[in-house]
Amino acid sequence: MRPKHFITTFCLVLVVICFTISVTHAGGIGQVKNMKGSAFLERNRNQVPLKVGDSLQQADKIRTGLDGSVGIIFVDNSSFSVGPNTVFTVDQFAFDSTTHEGVFNTSLRQGTLAVKSGKIVKQTPEAMKINTRSSVLMVRGTRFVVSSGY
Amino acid sequence: MKTCSVIAKICLLVTFSLLSACSKDTVVVLPDDDGKIGSVAVKRVWKKVELNKAHEVTQLAGLASTEILPMNKTEVEHTFAETLAATPVPPVSLNLYFKEGGTQLMPESSPVIEQIFKEISKRSVAEITVIGHTDRVGTVQENDALALKRAQSVLKILVERGIKLEAIDAAGRGEREPLVATKDEVAEPRNRRTEINIR
Repeated sequence: MRPKHFITTFCLVLVVICFTISVTHAGGIGQVKNMKGSAFLERNRNQVPLKVGDSLQQADKIRTGLDGSVGIIFVDNSSFSVGPNTVFTVDQFAFDSTTHEGVFNTSLRQGTLAVKSGKIVKQTPEAMKINTRSSVLMVRGTRFVVSSGY
Repeated sequence: MKTCSVIAKICLLVTFSLLSACSKDTVVVLPDDDGKIGSVAVKRVWKKVELNKAHEVTQLAGLASTEILPMNKTEVEHTFAETLAATPVPPVSLNLYFKEGGTQLMPESSPVIEQIFKEISKRSVAEITVIGHTDRVGTVQENDALALKRAQSVLKILVERGIKLEAIDAAGRGEREPLVATKDEVAEPRNRRTEINIR
């Protein structure tokens, strides 16, 4: 009886630990600070309407409608405003809050962005990249706008 | 069958190349709040150009065009109006200073505290990090504990005035990140601080 009890407790503790870790991770890499009109978040092939306060994760895709725009600040303090009729993906994000080292790769499939780079770029110029259909922007800091389309 | 798939692959490749050849990118570097001009390197096929003058633009149409053109302020503001309007309130960092050896704030702290609450209220969702620091008097271990106590004392002020605990992260960095570098055991009031970052 006793070893069984121990195993149950152990499993329970493990589950709690895993849950805590995933929750901490879900703390996210950035947060939606403001928005206007229609905007959607695509995560794991599910599309849900985006709202202020939503936390972002790696591989998230944001789509805005013709009337939509979204303001996001990432945990390295970089700021992205996503303009109307835009498809924007955060492909890869990593940030060490102690050393400020990190990786920040995004894609702009169509539409517009206004960007102000943050601590990742300050520590490592060109560590932030924006891929469009035809070019790669390597960001050395700090403010710029980009549009991509046909 | 095999030929078919090869032809299909070639068609796909050609379509992709044509699509990226037709696509048009516009990149404009702008001055930031301090007036510093942005710098972005743009790589396209085999060419790479650097934009580093205000309102300098690459209009990347055609397969490998990397022509640099000017775009005036009005044109930028017009083209990117809705996008620029969605810019979030920029993050700020404020410092609160402490009396030696404890968590008692310096008397000149109260306007800074008011400023902290004003900054928080500017944002519909604020994320706050509170990081405690010490000078180099005392051991590293003592200072780690003191830095954390300082951060927690600031956290308490924020929570008491209605800020949600979930919105705040508090941590201590001890004597590791002085604002002013000193030798060990030197009392330095500018290092006895708590950094409040509001995002």
